Amino acid sequence: MLSISDLMVEVGGKPILKGINLDIAAGEVHAIMGPNGSGKSTLANVLAGREGYDVMRGSVTYGDHDLLALAPEERAREGVFLAFQYPVEIPGVTNVYLIKEAVNAQRKHRGESELDAIDFLKLVRQKLQLVEMKEEFLHRPVNHGFSGGEKKRNEIFQMAMIEPRLAILDETDSGLDIDALKVVASGVNAMRQGDRSILLVTHYQRLLDYIEPDHVHVLANGRFVKSGDKHLARELEEHGYGWLEEQADSGAGQSAA
Amino acid sequence: MTAQAVVDYLAAQQRLEPELPAPDLPWLVELRDGGVERLRVAGFPSLRDEDWRYTNVQSLLKKPFEMGSIGQCDVDAAFVSRTAIPSLECHRVVVVNGIPIPHLSDATLVPDGIRVSSLADLLVSDPGRLEPYLGKNLVPDPHGFTAMNSAFLGNGLVVEIAPGQVFDKPLEIIFVASAATESTMAQPRNLVVAGKGSRLQVLARYVAIGAQETLTNVVTEVIVDADAHLTLYQLQEESKNSFHIGGLFAKLRRGSRFDAFAITLAGGLVRNDLRVDLDGAGAEVNLRGLYLARGRQHIDNHTQIFHNEPGCISHEHYKGVLDDRARAVFHGRIVVQPDAQKTVSEQSNQNLLLSRDAEIDTKPQLEIYADDVKCAHGATVGQLDKEALFYLRSRGIAEETAKRLLIKAFANDVLLAVSPDSLRDHLLTRVEMMLAD
Repeated sequence: MLSISDLMVEVGGKPILKGINLDIAAGEVHAIMGPNGSGKSTLANVLAGREGYDVMRGSVTYGDHDLLALAPEERAREGVFLAFQYPVEIPGVTNVYLIKEAVNAQRKHRGESELDAIDFLKLVRQKLQLVEMKEEFLHRPVNHGFSGGEKKRNEIFQMAMIEPRLAILDETDSGLDIDALKVVASGVNAMRQGDRSILLVTHYQRLLDYIEPDHVHVLANGRFVKSGDKHLARELEEHGYGWLEEQADSGAGQSAA
Repeated sequence: MTAQAVVDYLAAQQRLEPELPAPDLPWLVELRDGGVERLRVAGFPSLRDEDWRYTNVQSLLKKPFEMGSIGQCDVDAAFVSRTAIPSLECHRVVVVNGIPIPHLSDATLVPDGIRVSSLADLLVSDPGRLEPYLGKNLVPDPHGFTAMNSAFLGNGLVVEIAPGQVFDKPLEIIFVASAATESTMAQPRNLVVAGKGSRLQVLARYVAIGAQETLTNVVTEVIVDADAHLTLYQLQEESKNSFHIGGLFAKLRRGSRFDAFAITLAGGLVRNDLRVDLDGAGAEVNLRGLYLARGRQHIDNHTQIFHNEPGCISHEHYKGVLDDRARAVFHGRIVVQPDAQKTVSEQSNQNLLLSRDAEIDTKPQLEIYADDVKCAHGATVGQLDKEALFYLRSRGIAEETAKRLLIKAFANDVLLAVSPDSLRDHLLTRVEMMLAD
């Protein structure tokens, strides 16, 4: 489904990702962990198409597409979804309006007709339940005045409505208390299925107690320094990132020599 | 240029004067002469005038505008029904080149308690009703254009609301600038008197018809008597061939409320002067403005609020969206006089610039001469929020659609206070249409 090859990315002339390789098959859940500043969020943003990231080398193939050649909205219509680390407040645009536009943009792209009002509302109610959100959220401006937890739930709600093929969750767990974390996790788990891949970006192992990944990768200093299964997350929890970062630094020295 | 224009317009006034209504009415003659004299002495404003620093009227003064009539006017019932706002229930009056047109209006359907009259008729039939008010809100004329309006004083519309009368249906006035064969001007003088404790919404729409250029030099005087509540929507939808110089001068008495909306969606050169005098304790004024401009449009909003008595409230909130090489000016002056203790005043001007070549000159100006007041003001100029744009695009919404959505969201909050719903929907649709093409 997604194949990242030798990806090098700079921000403002500073190298952030220094040669990333990653393959995600359909139905798999991958977790990317790493300390602050390791490049985790950069990877999530580059995949979604945010401006301000310069791809210096490498490629990203998504299905049959050269993902990097697509505009952000084209990626979204092809099924890429980014749950934002910091969901944006948009006063003056209601949640329900955004979701309707988003869902219909997908449907139109797939050559389907727009959902009629009744079907749309039915779907909305069902998905709201999934993340335990009240219907009044629909009519509030997008994320405007939402608490941190409400914002994150709103991201998962949108994801559930849009039903992406590749969902990228950028630190969706940050700033959540344990109850909110469980709600978000169960929302994500409900979406796991054979043709949907999920990429979790997180600093803490905590989220992975509730969403069990198939693969865990550790990113440090712009490189993957270790990959493994869910047990790797436990190891990180116990030993921290220090030992892996040292490994990354000495590794960098070796390849340069 | 300015000097020649003054000479030409004064000559035109002299030719026309004998035909103006009630040419022998002493107080009226005095009013007209005062305008003539003021125009002769002060001339038209130029960039050297502080209040006109950013608005150049040379292009307007270069053109010979003929005083409009309704002779070969192409405004008919079909035009009116085309122009009408869908599903807005209202009482409608149509004014062409400053002259009210009875057969296009449903003035007979206007309920008792509202009197809608032609200024020209009333000056002849019952001038006593006008004498206490006419010209009293703008002594002296603030600049050459209002002076010219006073010099040509004759046409326009008078709305009188009887004390204690409350109306739900708005009164819609469609001012048509019609210029079929030559550049045409209209100089309407309107008067709205809201009697004690009355309540009415007035929708004043300015539209244009015909291929030639139009100049609307309109002055509207408003008196809101004690405890009355008047809402005035001013909606400018003229064409890019239109020059619009609008003056609104309102006096508010004790405990009254005046809500005024200045919504500018079209017009090549638009200058709105708005002055509100809070003359009675506890009076409240709410001013809201929205201007959308593109191409080489120029829109200047010049507002003044005078807190003359204690315990009055003023809210002023103007927003603008400028694209291409459009230019806008906002000057908001608030004066709190020494006696106006316990004043509450709040003002903001927010602007969205969509192009590098667009320009806004914004100048909030607070002058406070009392010590127990609560005043706040601020101005912002910005571009579209890149984060919000990316957020929308990441949900599959096309860039252009996302931009329109954000602009609309920015503009719409000025319109949220508009009622009835059918009028608000019309305005929201108009904003959307402007953004779409």
